[in-house]
Amino acid sequence: MNLVPDVDYRTRLPGGQHWSLRLRRGASLTLIAEEPGCNVGLLLYSAEQPLERLNLPDTLKCQHTFHLGRGHCLYSDMGRVLASIVEDDCGGHDAVGGNLGPGHFEAKGWRRIRYQQGRNERTQSGHESVLIELAKYGLGLADLSANLNLFSKLAVDEQGRLRYLPDHCAAGDRVTLRFELDVLVMLHTCPHPLDPSPDYPHRGVKIELGTLPPPDRTDVCLSHCAENARGFDNNRLYLLGQ
Amino acid sequence: MNAPSPAQDTAPMPPLARHLIEAGDHFIGRLQQGQRLRIVDLEGNQAADTLFYNACDVAERYSAVDTVREQGSLYLTTGSVLRSTLNRPMLRIVDDSCGRHDTLGGACSSESNTVRYALDRRHMHSCRDNWMLAIAHHPEYGLTKRDIGHNINFFMNVPVTPEGGLDFAEGISGPGKYVELVSEMDVVVLISNCPQLNNPCSGFDPTPIELLIWRH
Repeated sequence: MNLVPDVDYRTRLPGGQHWSLRLRRGASLTLIAEEPGCNVGLLLYSAEQPLERLNLPDTLKCQHTFHLGRGHCLYSDMGRVLASIVEDDCGGHDAVGGNLGPGHFEAKGWRRIRYQQGRNERTQSGHESVLIELAKYGLGLADLSANLNLFSKLAVDEQGRLRYLPDHCAAGDRVTLRFELDVLVMLHTCPHPLDPSPDYPHRGVKIELGTLPPPDRTDVCLSHCAENARGFDNNRLYLLGQ
Repeated sequence: MNAPSPAQDTAPMPPLARHLIEAGDHFIGRLQQGQRLRIVDLEGNQAADTLFYNACDVAERYSAVDTVREQGSLYLTTGSVLRSTLNRPMLRIVDDSCGRHDTLGGACSSESNTVRYALDRRHMHSCRDNWMLAIAHHPEYGLTKRDIGHNINFFMNVPVTPEGGLDFAEGISGPGKYVELVSEMDVVVLISNCPQLNNPCSGFDPTPIELLIWRH
C-alpha cells in the first residue's frame, strides 16, 4: 500500500544550499531529486530535548542493514523512532560517507566559488552547512553526529572497501519521511563527498511538507521487524498521557 | 573466574603505564601526542568500545564517517588513520594482531537493548551506561552526553554481507591479541569494556582488557 501524504506546502532547495525546520509528529517530508546524482545530507534531533538525536549505528544494527530504504526507521540514541522511511524510489541511502568538508575541494580539484563571484551559486560544504543550521538552535560541533546521505549509495566489498555508485539516483526519485516525534530537521543539498563529478555539482531537490496518519500494526515501517515494533512501543511510552 | 594474566609485553621498553579494565568496566585518561597506546584483548572475543577527543577541545572528537570515507574502507587495521569531526588525523594504528576492528556497530545502551532484544532488557549493563559513569566521575575532562558519539569497537567483527545486511559475527580476536595506536594530537581516551550479554560479540562472556602506554 502506498502512503500518500496530504501535502500542505511545496518548495525547493537548490543545489549546494541548506535548511532546517521543526517538524511535528505526524508531519511528512518528501524530497524529489531534480536531477540524477542528487544528495541530501540529513540530521535529526528531538525538538523537545536535542541531546536525543539520530544515531546511525543504532539505526543500522537494530535493523540488521547497511543500506536504509523503504520500511526502515531512523532511531535516536534513546531507543525511539524519530522518523520512518515510508516511501523510497531509490533503495539505499548512505550512512557512512559523512559530509563534504572545506578540505575536500582542493583534493577533488573542485573550484571554490566565493560569494562575490558566484552569489548564491557559491560552493558550500556540507560540513559548514550543518554547523550553520546547528548554531541556530544553540548546538555546535559537539552535537554533530553521523549524517544520512539520502539519494546516495555506497557499495561495499568483502574487504570492506567502499565504492560510490554514481548512477544510483535518477531524476524524479522520491523519498518520504514520516516524523514519529517532534524533531529538528537539518538538511543540505551539498554534493556527496565521494561524488566523482569533475566540478562541484549544483543539484537541487523539490520539497513537499504535509501530514500522514499515525502508523498502525500493518504499517510498512512498524511491521518491518520485531525491533521496529519495540521502537514504536518506546515512542508510545514517551508520549504517554498526550 | 581466573585472575586475568597480564599482557605479553613484546616491546623493548617497559610501558609508562598499564591499566587493567575488568569486564564491564570503563577507562578515561589522556594520551599525549606521540604516545603509543596498546589495547590488549587478554582472553579473546572481547569488544573495547572506544571514543577519542581532542584534549584541547573535546568538541572535536573521533568521527567514524570521516575515518571510513577517507580510508575508503569500513574496517580498521594497521595503517588506518582515525580522523576527527574536523577531518584531522587523531591517531594512527601502527600494529594490529587482530586484523579487523568495527566502525559501524556503535555501542550498546540500555535503550537500544530494549529495541534490539526485548523491552525488559533495559536493566542490563551497557557501554553507554559505562561512559555516563566515566564522565560523571571525571568532570575535569569536560565531557557531557552531547559528546558521546559514534565509536570504534576494537576487536569486534561486524561484516556487511553481500546482500547489504549487517552481521554480528563471532569475534576474530583471540587471547593476547592487541591493537596499537600512536597519537597524532593530545587526546582523551574513553573506553567501555563491553558488558554485552545478548549477542556473540564477546562470546556471551565479557572478559578483561589491558592498556599499555609508552612515551614513543
